[in-house]
Amino acid sequence: MAEKNYTTVSIPKPLAKKIKKRMEGTGFNSMSSYVTYVLRQVISSMEEEEQTEEFSEEDEEKVKERLRALGYLD
Amino acid sequence: MSRPHGGTLVNQMASDKKSERLKEEVQDMKTFKLNSGLRKDVQNIANGVYSPLTGFMCRVDFDWVLEDSRLNDDTPWTLPIVLDITDDEREELSEGEEVCLETEDGEPFATLKVEELYGFDKKRMARKVYGTEDMEHPGVKRTMNMNDHLVGGDILQFKDNDSDFEKYHLVPKETRVLFKEKGWRTIVGFQTRNVPHMGHEYVQKTALSFVDGIFINPIIGAKKSGDYRDEVILDAYDTLMGEYYLKDRAVMSILEAEMRYAGPKEAVFHAIMRKNFGCTHFIVGRDHAGVGDYYGPYEAQEFFDQFPGLDITPVFFKSFTYCEKCGGAVDGHICPHDDEYRENFSGTKMRNMFKDGKTPPEKMMRPEVAETVLKHENKFVE
Repeated sequence: MAEKNYTTVSIPKPLAKKIKKRMEGTGFNSMSSYVTYVLRQVISSMEEEEQTEEFSEEDEEKVKERLRALGYLD
Repeated sequence: MSRPHGGTLVNQMASDKKSERLKEEVQDMKTFKLNSGLRKDVQNIANGVYSPLTGFMCRVDFDWVLEDSRLNDDTPWTLPIVLDITDDEREELSEGEEVCLETEDGEPFATLKVEELYGFDKKRMARKVYGTEDMEHPGVKRTMNMNDHLVGGDILQFKDNDSDFEKYHLVPKETRVLFKEKGWRTIVGFQTRNVPHMGHEYVQKTALSFVDGIFINPIIGAKKSGDYRDEVILDAYDTLMGEYYLKDRAVMSILEAEMRYAGPKEAVFHAIMRKNFGCTHFIVGRDHAGVGDYYGPYEAQEFFDQFPGLDITPVFFKSFTYCEKCGGAVDGHICPHDDEYRENFSGTKMRNMFKDGKTPPEKMMRPEVAETVLKHENKFVE
């Protein structure tokens, strides 16, 4: 199987200690998997905020025409 | 509205000009005939239903989807989207070449840029996707019957979408514009392969109370024998929505895809597709996308915990029943009465009644919906 890339990140020891404490009772068996879980959440909510307009006006008008023809829009 | 999965709504539909050119060019290409399930996969890739996929998976994505339920770039993805080929086809093909994809009727409709040819272990795929190697499981059976090689690479569709239900066929780009025009910011998606009974209506309307609109999205495609036929499901929903839903709060369009019956993994896959249609929420019921007793009743709901960054909120429902004393559909959270007052919304029972030409009782199904179903001579898949 192709190898997935992993990398090592250094964090301050006091922070690692806090993370370890927070991990207690969560079911995560390693700090790496816990930090990965948290970071995925953080990144995802940041990406959510960066939402941009998806279609050009011309594109959108074409779509609206079809939606009207099919009865989805008045 | 949710942003598309992976950040960008994929569009692998060729422009009009390019389509004209490709129609000429494919005449000199090798051609591969796809069955209707694979043709639907191509269409779903082209229209962005499977965003961020731009083609059939290459080995690295395939492997990581099986092992980790994520694409190689860490985007959550739970089911392999692959194109299998025979030994002879494998011999004919080389990496880097472009081939033409045809429908079962021999009509060219897309191209595939062959990026990688690779073998795979079917038993491993079955185990990882379905959690079993039991050939009685329809997904396992299908996997074990696949050809021995896979081909990965981007597709480009140059023919318009082909649907038997044109009126109900909306692509993500269209639903996104539609939701925006309706002023919906929060949308709950509902997956179905059944005609609606009172329990479904209860779930849908309960969820709808908390969001701006509901997107009812029946799955259309190959199903198990005994399932309702597609046209019956659509007619039944048309009736229900016409009589009992606000036009400004509910939309129905179809999803042309095949059920895999992969339980938890398919439930997440269903949510991802609805996210691409623009949904912010997705209803996950008891034994979602399950078959037989291969998965626990709430295993699909628990599986969502593994995807903190999915960006679509699953709305979980436990089992619901009709309560004689409450006089309506209830679940364990809202009804204090004993089992003696409760009756299950048994799909099997309702199917059997329809088979005998009988109408299910009003407490189980709206009479208008039942009447619509009964009007169909062939109600079920053979």
